[in-house]
Amino acid sequence: MCGIAGLFLKNARLEPELGRLLSGMLGVLTDRGPDSAGFAIYGQGAPGHRKLTLRAKGGFAYQALAAGLGVACVEHDDHAVISFPTAREAEVRAALAKHPEITIVAAGERMELFKGTGLPADVAKRFGLASMSGSHAIGHTRMATESAITTEGAHPFSTGADQCLVHNGSLSNHNDVRRTLMREGIEFATQNDTEVAAGFLSYQLREGKKLDEALHNALDKLDGFYTFVVGTENGFGVLRDPVACKPAVMAETDDYVAFGSEYRALADLPGIESAKLFEPEPGQVYFWERAA
Amino acid sequence: MSALQKTLEDAVIFDLSQEKLRDLNAALQGLEEKTNRTEWSVLNPRGAHAIAVGVTAPVAITIDGHAGYYCAGMNDGAAITIRGNAGTGVAENMMSGSVHVKGDASQSAGATAHGGLLIIDGNAAARCGISMKGVNIVVKGNAGHMSAFMAQSGNLVICGDAGEALGDSLYEARLFVKGTVKSLGADCEVKEMTAEDKEILGSLLKQAGCTEKPEDFTRYGSARTLYHFHVDNAGAY
Repeated sequence: MCGIAGLFLKNARLEPELGRLLSGMLGVLTDRGPDSAGFAIYGQGAPGHRKLTLRAKGGFAYQALAAGLGVACVEHDDHAVISFPTAREAEVRAALAKHPEITIVAAGERMELFKGTGLPADVAKRFGLASMSGSHAIGHTRMATESAITTEGAHPFSTGADQCLVHNGSLSNHNDVRRTLMREGIEFATQNDTEVAAGFLSYQLREGKKLDEALHNALDKLDGFYTFVVGTENGFGVLRDPVACKPAVMAETDDYVAFGSEYRALADLPGIESAKLFEPEPGQVYFWERAA
Repeated sequence: MSALQKTLEDAVIFDLSQEKLRDLNAALQGLEEKTNRTEWSVLNPRGAHAIAVGVTAPVAITIDGHAGYYCAGMNDGAAITIRGNAGTGVAENMMSGSVHVKGDASQSAGATAHGGLLIIDGNAAARCGISMKGVNIVVKGNAGHMSAFMAQSGNLVICGDAGEALGDSLYEARLFVKGTVKSLGADCEVKEMTAEDKEILGSLLKQAGCTEKPEDFTRYGSARTLYHFHVDNAGAY
């Protein structure tokens, strides 16, 4: 099953509310995915600065590590976001590589990514989602099918800077596509099918494709059932497989575009009564981008 | 007592923001056939699943907002109106009565339904009328791909356009489409519109409050070549 929630704000006045709204949407989607949850949120970024979201076992001394590296650090439960001038990225990554207990979950100028096992409401609370702000965010509640219930198997998946993807469904040719992508130098951390879809999009973007082109190509190369919601530094896209096995409802107002696996997830959004509601057509790429 | 007073007295308002969905369904399913509580209004549905399922009393139920999955499922005699959109499987397995969706319906509307009338004012998503077994369905907008898949009996009227693979593996149901059909499914073909077809279609359009004329529709049905195993196809298995 699995549940997906996504919220892309058009009106900057709602930005302080983003985390609270997404948190509510994920809570409603517990019925569709009670075993783990995660979200990516695109907040304020400082120009010329890099953010890395790190994960380690609970109790890891992030502040000591950050002080040693001379980087800013904000802890969120067992995750932490460090930020530093982009020019230092190689050096910081080399230093982090000496700590095998740390996983780099995501990188980017704006994106922060958190995920863990447990009920979605608990996961959101652990990371303090309700008080986070930003321009857009996507989240996922997982009911595991293709791989085990682990933090690594929770969504979103990110394999490129400021890029992430969540998935409802299952891919049947993920092993084949993974092998092809590995030959192209894309790295994978799990046996999960969704990570392959994320890697596929990252590969396409690396090759100079735009996100909508990359999604079109996914229709050709990825076999299986899927509703994907993807996030980039300034955009938000949606794609359903041509058979439309997995549900999707969208709501658009002057203030936002919202995605929910079911209408229930959208019911608490402001102004939902007068929103334009529609189901994305199967096999059609939908994409919204913020003006730079 | 005037008719108006009687309606007011017998109307039951059920607010799902205050009361439990299970209690609503238990109350509806417990109604006697000759109950005087014939008017029900359900407030704040907020996309909840399985609203007003399994009702067997001839009462009128209005759902004031968007409904989730399987709304009005197994309906047997009630007249159920959804003043909003309906999720997956609205009126699935309906036996009799009517279900009227004022907005759009998600996939598998009227799935496996044996009887009654399902009216969708907006669009229906994929697989509308899948495996329908006698229900009448009128979609005023468009219907998605694989509508009437393996339909066995009944009538599906689409006033707008139909998506890919209409009537795939059709047994015996009448399909009427006014607009375009993206593609026909296996064993579905254009049929001549008989006088009987025209009468059925005209009656359904009238019941649904449509102003379309039967002569503007094309009738589709089963070519009946998939009914029996054909030895020439043995190599395909």
